[in-house]
Amino acid sequence: MSDNKIKFTIDGKECIADEGLDLWKAAMLNGVFIPYLCHMKDVVPAGSCRICTVKVNGRPMAACTTLVTKGLEGAVVENDTPHIEEMRKMIVELLFVEGNHFCPACEKSGSCELQAMAYRYQMMVPQFSYNFPLREVDATTPKIYLDRNRCIQCKKCIRSIKDDQGRSYFAFYKRGHKLDIHIDHELAATMSAELAQLAMDGCPVGAIINKEKGFDVPIGKRKFDKEPIGTEFLNVTKE
Amino acid sequence: MSEIKNYVLEITGKCGKCPSHLMDILIAVQNKFRHIPDEAIECISKELQMSKVDVEQTASFYHFFTEEPCGKYTVYLNNSAVACMMGRDKIAATFEKEVGCKFGNVTSDGLIGLYDTACIGMNDQEPAALINGVVFTSLNDQKVKQIVSAIKAGKAVNDLVTEFDGKENAEMKSEVKNNIRKRGPVLFAEYKNGASLKKLNEMTPDQVITEVKNSNIRGRGGAGFPTGLKWDFCSKAEVKERYVLCNADEGEPGTFKDRVLLTLFPQMVFEGMVLGGYAIGSQQGVLYLRAEYTYMLPRLEKLLAEMRTKNLLGKNVAGKQGFDFDIRIQMGSGAYVCGEETALIESAEGKRGEPRNRPPYPIERGYKNKPTIINNVETLCSVVQIIDKSSAWYRTFGTQYSSGTKLLSISGDCKFPGIYEIEWGITINEVLEMCGAENAQAVQVAGPSGVCISPKQFGRKLDFEDMPTGGSIIIIGQQRDLLKDVVLNFMDFFTDESCGSCVPCRALTPVLKKKLVKIMDGKGVKGDIDELVKLGKTMKDLNRCGLGQTAANPILTTIENFREKYEAMIKEPKTDGVYAFDMAASVKESCDYAGRKVIIHN
Repeated sequence: MSDNKIKFTIDGKECIADEGLDLWKAAMLNGVFIPYLCHMKDVVPAGSCRICTVKVNGRPMAACTTLVTKGLEGAVVENDTPHIEEMRKMIVELLFVEGNHFCPACEKSGSCELQAMAYRYQMMVPQFSYNFPLREVDATTPKIYLDRNRCIQCKKCIRSIKDDQGRSYFAFYKRGHKLDIHIDHELAATMSAELAQLAMDGCPVGAIINKEKGFDVPIGKRKFDKEPIGTEFLNVTKE
Repeated sequence: MSEIKNYVLEITGKCGKCPSHLMDILIAVQNKFRHIPDEAIECISKELQMSKVDVEQTASFYHFFTEEPCGKYTVYLNNSAVACMMGRDKIAATFEKEVGCKFGNVTSDGLIGLYDTACIGMNDQEPAALINGVVFTSLNDQKVKQIVSAIKAGKAVNDLVTEFDGKENAEMKSEVKNNIRKRGPVLFAEYKNGASLKKLNEMTPDQVITEVKNSNIRGRGGAGFPTGLKWDFCSKAEVKERYVLCNADEGEPGTFKDRVLLTLFPQMVFEGMVLGGYAIGSQQGVLYLRAEYTYMLPRLEKLLAEMRTKNLLGKNVAGKQGFDFDIRIQMGSGAYVCGEETALIESAEGKRGEPRNRPPYPIERGYKNKPTIINNVETLCSVVQIIDKSSAWYRTFGTQYSSGTKLLSISGDCKFPGIYEIEWGITINEVLEMCGAENAQAVQVAGPSGVCISPKQFGRKLDFEDMPTGGSIIIIGQQRDLLKDVVLNFMDFFTDESCGSCVPCRALTPVLKKKLVKIMDGKGVKGDIDELVKLGKTMKDLNRCGLGQTAANPILTTIENFREKYEAMIKEPKTDGVYAFDMAASVKESCDYAGRKVIIHN
């Protein structure tokens, strides 16, 4: 990591970060929470959910794909503004109406980042009408089942779950509003229990679920049941 | 061994089993078997040592790769806004009647498939269709009948074309017309092939860059980045392996200028790439050609071979010791988003055409993650003229801040659709007069991603200060229903062409379209118009690439300039409450589901 330190402000708060970090991580290290759905530790950011969009000197940018460089020195970053927060809420709502998300019946309830975001933005009912798409569940592989109803196409599984030759277990299928996620049946047939667990833990929603195992933590005592998403880096509190 | 497996082994072997050639492999399979069979995907994945889903994700991304057989003869009829204005629907009906199946289907004997496709770059001669890669233009009922009966009689589509516009189109056996209406002073200036490359012996790479910089030329694809600056940055990159890419993925509905340049001046395009290669210190160029222009491929390949024998490509190009450069052509397979430079790179590497995050920019990490310049076809042709004549000469054309000329592709409701080379600074009124458009209702400048302007603004200028354009100018006459014929068509286009990566582009575009349809159906309320504006503006803020950022423009710019058309469709509610709700239709829908008789009590 570079020795260069870059100074900038986020919503007026003075921040300092190593050159080369991404802005999302830099913010986190400075105690500022920027909402996320597709960001993943140690994996190259995809910048696809766009919920981490902030304004850098007035220009909208996804924080996860914006690097802390010399150009950021002295920059004014806006994060928690009504306009930006409204757009983020819209993204959450879009994801809810795009898929079929029935939280009460979902194994991931309480650990689900989408659900936690909806709580954060106090979404009562989405402003858009539901699509109720017909999406297939793929339960044909031995270790996991893929419930596409809940998938938000964040690409986390595609980016992080690979075999030792770098081949993908998961991949996109088609494009645009027809976009779907597919699992490679041949590779998945020999998927290890550890990798299956990693895939499930990485999934921000309940689209990837391990088979043959119940749950250690009951609903009501899970991560976001205890405290809202983002609490771990909070000085920022939401009313 | 099965025929499919045999074939896959043959073609994967030819390209060294390299995953970066996946596009070429899939194109070959699609052409031979008229779809991408599961067995082929299986076999390709084995040969390239990829997982099956990795192959599938590329195969399923592109419009011209099909999961099911698409017919021995596949008709792709353009359904762009201008095609529809010129009578596409009637032609489609004739095709359906003559062929005997509906669009989106294949005849039961598997002979003919009928499909829609987005703008194929023939807006000046619509209705037009691609049949097995061969372009058929200016279609009418009579012509459709002849084509279909010839196909049924087993004729090759190539042999159906007998009339040619000029020797260039004759060489390609193509009935496409050039429709050049105005020859301007730069691109149509006299030029002797090879002249620009002779200059390499007198100029250093830095001198080439300086000359391009001094010309003030900016990218002609639409984004308008200064070309000299791009080359300069790339030439200073740390990594020495560098690439020159030419963007010939002319996909913006309404533009067809690159089609004409690649037909009339293909060598200029290639020479421009060589100049770029010399300037930045590259040895390899890639021309990315859209699938719709496949009919040009054999002629372009032949020209590359000729240039190699004339030493205009290869080792010590044009006698310049130590400068080696060659060009290959990469075919696309139907994806508008691949016109975005980083999506184009992904596609040229054999992957899904998803735009990359920037930074890094291609000048740092582009094709194969090496420093890369990507230039539009027209930009490269202009650079050839600049090097041949001089930057001072070039600057005498255009305006102070927008130097040079621009090719306009003009189509829609005008007497003379076609290609016009104009100097920057021309007004829309002058454009309208030039192309014989009287009493236009609106003009769509720079395609669906551009702006739709009203007569009040026809005094505006085409240049980088006022209205930049990649060249698409669509004239919309008084007889058109602006929202239905234009805006809705464009929104369908963006919905289909989104790569789907960014949530707002993937999920909000269909929402915007739905709201537009709601208003058009007379179910809108006043608040819906402001809602469209508010949501539409977020597209610009939230999306990663140009497609997503501009996908709401058809709605936003027409609300801005034709708000009265939207307001006219809003019926004021008689009572407070939920106006858009149609009780009777809703009860009927529920009853249909439940299988009960519909009884509506008022």
